[in-house]
Amino acid sequence: MNQVEFSLWIAVSSVLAGLLGALTGLGGGVVIVPVLTILFHVDIHYAIGASLVSVIATSSGAAAAYVREGFSNIRIGMFLEIATTLGALLGAYLTARISGHAIGIVFGLVLLYSAWATVRSRADESTPRAIKRSDLAERLRLSGDYPAPRADEGTQQDGAASTGAKIAYSAENVPAGFGLMFAAGTLSGLLGIGSGAVKVLAMDQAMKLPFKVSTTTSNFMIGVTAAASAGIYLSRGYILPGLAMPVMLGVLGGSLLGARLLVRMQVHTLRILFSIVIVMLGLEMIYSAMRGSL
Amino acid sequence: MSGAEPFPSAAPERDPHPGPDPEGNDRAMELGIAHLLRAGVTLSALVVLAGGVLYLLQGRHVTPDYRHFHGVTTPLARTLGSVLRGARARDGASVIELGLLLLIATPIARVLLAAVGFLRERDRLYFGISLLVMAILLYSLLFDR
Repeated sequence: MNQVEFSLWIAVSSVLAGLLGALTGLGGGVVIVPVLTILFHVDIHYAIGASLVSVIATSSGAAAAYVREGFSNIRIGMFLEIATTLGALLGAYLTARISGHAIGIVFGLVLLYSAWATVRSRADESTPRAIKRSDLAERLRLSGDYPAPRADEGTQQDGAASTGAKIAYSAENVPAGFGLMFAAGTLSGLLGIGSGAVKVLAMDQAMKLPFKVSTTTSNFMIGVTAAASAGIYLSRGYILPGLAMPVMLGVLGGSLLGARLLVRMQVHTLRILFSIVIVMLGLEMIYSAMRGSL
Repeated sequence: MSGAEPFPSAAPERDPHPGPDPEGNDRAMELGIAHLLRAGVTLSALVVLAGGVLYLLQGRHVTPDYRHFHGVTTPLARTLGSVLRGARARDGASVIELGLLLLIATPIARVLLAAVGFLRERDRLYFGISLLVMAILLYSLLFDR
């Protein structure tokens, strides 16, 4: 296989990974790493380096749209980025010190968790939660409002901010959320993924933020979190241009396509199907790591 | 009645410099951030694409060895210099790396833009938080381990 063919195959796989990542909401990084390591036998360090780059691209691209629509909370995101960037530093530091096998096993476990988090029932969006007062959240201004969903939501994409109806929210359990965010950042730096599943866990489950605000703010934070470990990856030589190029372009293209499909597709059944794929990738990753072929 | 003005003066003009309006400024900041992110991703993807075309045209027709990790530690500052030199010489790999550096710079610029936005709103707490995040990012980029 020459360089052109190799790049083409990597690009095609990356488009599929980006598509799968967008449709499951997990992001392309978590899919492309097992594909690169298991299918293409790429060393896991290079795989997570290329994945991290694609994660910055897709999350920044998607964040642009969410921020404009008024769902992402910039203050909550910025505050929690203290935790995720510190975690990312720790994660990138650990990556250089633990073996590829250990990274593979942790990666497999994260895949299994992500699959489970995807199929688990979603928070009910129609009933706004009662706001509990939290001193810390108030002092840190961890509150906001977001455009209320309309009956015809899904068909219209640009009018979200213009309807006027807003649903207010405020964060709870701030220290727990902050701690979970540190863990999410560590996983991101260790595995070269966005670890959106853990970020959503921190905001949706711990801090009791509305689901839509959690997912979009989590996405908003991924780029900054990944940038914190990207510097370390770069100087350590994990990011190879020849590999990162098709991965970044492919995953970006695939997730843009996936985002368009999401608007007009009933994804619940697909989500379960895709979760099975993710579980298989996770199991294969753990198996390969234990066998020592990763 | 002659001294009276024929018309009452027009309704008082709107204050051209309204006081701090956190809501409006937040919205402006959000839009600025959205533009910045989109522009950064688009630009870096185009540079990476151009670099990729060059890279494949300049093809060394063998696939590099990605199976084995042979990491070499190079400080980012030195990487930056050689990337710029290589990109000027139209070396495909260097152009790709330039695109990747632009990509990594995008979220960092976003933090900076938010810091400026919070400063304008006189939100000292969040100005400080943005600077702290910025400091962590710069630490990760500039310090060799």
